[in-house]
Amino acid sequence: MSGVRLLIGTQKGAFIATSDGMRRDWMIDGPIFGGWEIYHLAGSPADPNRLYASQSTSWFGQLIQRSDDGGRSWQPFSNDFSYASETGTHQWYDGTPHPWEFARVWHLEPSATDPDTVYAGVEDAALFRTTDGANSWSELAGLRTHNSGPSWQPGAGGMCVHTIVLDPVDPARIFVAISAAGAFRSEDGGSSWQPINRGLRSDGIPGGEAEVGHCVHRIAMHPSRPQVLYMQKHWDVMRTDNAGDSWHEVSGNLPSDFGFPIAVHTHEPDTVYVVPITSDSEHYPPEGKLRVYRSKTGGDEWEPLTTGLPQENCYANVLRDAMAVDSLDPCGIYFGTTGGQVYGSADQGDSWVPILRDLPRVLSVEVQSLP
Amino acid sequence: MIRVTLPQHLRVLANVEGEVSLEVPQAPTQADLLDALEAAYPMLRATVRDPTTMRRRPFIRFFAGEEDLSNEGPEARLPDSVASGSEPLRIIGAMAGG
Repeated sequence: MSGVRLLIGTQKGAFIATSDGMRRDWMIDGPIFGGWEIYHLAGSPADPNRLYASQSTSWFGQLIQRSDDGGRSWQPFSNDFSYASETGTHQWYDGTPHPWEFARVWHLEPSATDPDTVYAGVEDAALFRTTDGANSWSELAGLRTHNSGPSWQPGAGGMCVHTIVLDPVDPARIFVAISAAGAFRSEDGGSSWQPINRGLRSDGIPGGEAEVGHCVHRIAMHPSRPQVLYMQKHWDVMRTDNAGDSWHEVSGNLPSDFGFPIAVHTHEPDTVYVVPITSDSEHYPPEGKLRVYRSKTGGDEWEPLTTGLPQENCYANVLRDAMAVDSLDPCGIYFGTTGGQVYGSADQGDSWVPILRDLPRVLSVEVQSLP
Repeated sequence: MIRVTLPQHLRVLANVEGEVSLEVPQAPTQADLLDALEAAYPMLRATVRDPTTMRRRPFIRFFAGEEDLSNEGPEARLPDSVASGSEPLRIIGAMAGG
């Protein structure tokens, strides 16, 4: 590998940071799309120069931008995310029926093998796919029209498909997560879906075994072991060993099991990273100490990683799409905060350095390992 | 020709400076103008009006001179001053903090 490229989405534009394989010195480009909210940027694993960006504002709606030269130039592509069939209603915050309305694209997940194929998770919850490089988008409507859909309710941030995990072994298998409906799995390329929330327990849901209604924040998978998924839920860090048929808690000794992102080490399927946040009403690190926690045992046993991270007066959050791992050796880890800092570790989390300190609120961080 | 001024973000997106000029039918409506705008600049599709309702986005305003046309609806005829090209229709992003 010759280097890495960080794709950083913020509330006021995108930034791209590049470095060689040492990951010590960074070249920063940006703001790109200055003034716009960039919920997510993603690069194609099949062609690292092919990038996609979800760009939006409350004024002008949703745009999709594409770059074919690694982010040096961009062109707007189709922003037509029309639902494929008549939209019914989901529950509103007060429990009343509310019509399905497109708001924005939260997450873009490019295919591992085809630069022109990308999945898009949107608010109000639905999954779209392009197979022509974002010239057009088609909804995989089986998710939105699942028979539990009318009972889905938005989380505080909106009712969004924010996580898309493509099984690298079985191309017909896709996992998604929706706030606050829960996790779903498709075995037929996205045509039909089943909730996979057995074992999740959430306050306020009677019985603790509800099929839907869970506020899943993020799901992560190691590509060598697609049956094993790790989940950061609203509260609780969870694990499944059977592709979501059942989940068990692996929060163990974490100081708080509330948080948003979760990531798996590129070379060690049992090494997992989370960033504990104090509580659902205090979205900042416990005691003002920014700590990434690492488990090398697939959960339950966690160690704090603090070297280079602020250990006093830090009250920034790390959002669900704002942590990523590269594929170099040793594995690099990166995350961005709502306070505008982007931290990186070139030694699998043992030590951290700030790559950028004063950005707008960081909404997403992705990393590409460049050939 | 009808003249239109765009807010800064949309000028950047459409890669234009200053006003844009559009061919529209006789006695044009707001919808005619927006149809022509999106035909000439496809990248602006769905940025000024919602693609489902075809009504202006809530934080977009339309002005002719000091006259606020924002609430007149898509079928409203544009004022003669705009239709004749003597003054532009101004598309403005509403003021909002943050």
